[in-house]
Amino acid sequence: MTTDSFYGEVLADHNMHPLHKHELECATHCCKGLNPTCGDNISLNLNIHDGIITDGSFTGIGCAVSQASADIMLELIIGKSLDEARHYTDLFRKMIAGEASDEQIEELEEAGALHNVSKMPARVKCALLSWNTMEKLLDQEK
Amino acid sequence: MTMAKTLSGKENFPVFDKYKDLVYLDNSATQQKPGCVIDSVVKYYSEQNANPLRGLYELSIKATDAYENARKSVKDFIGASSTKEIIFTRNATESLNLIAFSWGQANISCGDEILVSISEHHSNLLPWQILAKQKGAVLRFLECDKSGKYTADSLEKALTPKTKLFAIAQISNVFGRLNPIKEFAEIAHKNGTLIVCDAAQSAAHIPIDVKDLDVDFLAFSGHKMLAPMGIGILFAKQEILEKMPPFLSGGEMIEYVTREDATYAELPHRFEAGTVNAGGAVGLAAAIDYIRQIGFETIQKREDELTALAFNEMKKIPHVNMIGADDAGDHHGILTFTIDDVHPHDIAAIFDADNIAIRAGHHCAQPLHQYLDVQSTARMSLAFYNDEQDITRFIQTLGSIRRRMGYDN
Repeated sequence: MTTDSFYGEVLADHNMHPLHKHELECATHCCKGLNPTCGDNISLNLNIHDGIITDGSFTGIGCAVSQASADIMLELIIGKSLDEARHYTDLFRKMIAGEASDEQIEELEEAGALHNVSKMPARVKCALLSWNTMEKLLDQEK
Repeated sequence: MTMAKTLSGKENFPVFDKYKDLVYLDNSATQQKPGCVIDSVVKYYSEQNANPLRGLYELSIKATDAYENARKSVKDFIGASSTKEIIFTRNATESLNLIAFSWGQANISCGDEILVSISEHHSNLLPWQILAKQKGAVLRFLECDKSGKYTADSLEKALTPKTKLFAIAQISNVFGRLNPIKEFAEIAHKNGTLIVCDAAQSAAHIPIDVKDLDVDFLAFSGHKMLAPMGIGILFAKQEILEKMPPFLSGGEMIEYVTREDATYAELPHRFEAGTVNAGGAVGLAAAIDYIRQIGFETIQKREDELTALAFNEMKKIPHVNMIGADDAGDHHGILTFTIDDVHPHDIAAIFDADNIAIRAGHHCAQPLHQYLDVQSTARMSLAFYNDEQDITRFIQTLGSIRRRMGYDN
């Protein structure tokens, strides 16, 4: 891979070689998200046992920002509790709104690589697609 | 430098003075405005503004004259028989909705068929889809080949004795292909079918003569042809308009109103309820004057040259796939494409980083994208005021995109 990727290495890598883009057999929870302005869509699949996200995957079509964001999100939340997942979602939203502190961005680990989206208003919906979908799923779980 | 060239160059467009590095290749979405158009709107509001068609004083008469003279300009521009056939609307979308609500409500019944081309913009699809659902009519689609071509043969086969209306764009906003409207109108009329022509993508690029085309309805937007946003045109044949019920109701579209009933104003004002967009109409007339001064011959020659230059260079770039015809001459300044493994939003973002404005998405033509089996596409669309330097920069960025997305080639 070349070193001058438009979106940076982390994002380009997750877009080109996503770890979690596949079907998930016997998923306990599924939720679909749609970005109507561009037609992009995502299906988020999670295995949730005793309040812990034990596994997860996504499928669908989208731009590099949405695909990488989904992959990074799953990397972050697999193995975590539903409360922790919700906490990360809140932090991510804050970061995209340009309101997160450096410590908060650091807490988001690789998802922090998307902090520049706060300066790209045209891409906010792309970055949030997977997170919105997860929030919808978590709300149903309440 | 020739006179026409000077007149048509970027120096006539204030936006390029403000953004000297901007390469604007989203002309199918909206065109930039020449100084003469902007000045005409300023002049209207500085010197002629009052409520047109109402007042009984000198300034209102000036406003009325400015508005009605603009209507005459439009009439001449498209070769209509009378100013009664020219209805000012907000844009092509409103014009098409006006037909569906007024003519459609009065003329479409259960079991009737409406035929729409598969490549239509949503604005020339949804009004018919909604009308068909309301009336229990059947919406049918005329399909094209992969190059965007519709044949007379396929049209003849798609028409049935029940087909009341056929809706098609003169130039597709995805393919850029010019459809043979005159031939299609003849075929439709032989079947007793009326034809609606969406000229939103053609009005700025080719001369239109509604009598020669023999279309029943024609819609276009001012903002896609150098004029301000918020002014659009509906042309309809007078004998059809005479029988159409009002669309919007309210001020200045009436003749006499009682508590229970009303009689309506004569054409064209019957279809222009409420205070009109006189400034927009004046700006549209200025745009028409400007196009006239340059001449469609010059505009077409210039746009064809630039289209061919861009098309031939794009085809040389690996992993770039062109949508539509394989001949640049069939594209009319609209070049839609995909790049292997790169989502169109990423394509547009990289162009934007290089200060080049293009469009990405489904271009308000989702059924066409489903038909072509592509999720979305990127589109560059040019106008006569673009130049070779714009194309060079576009091609340079296009060739760099896969590398910048992290691919080795």
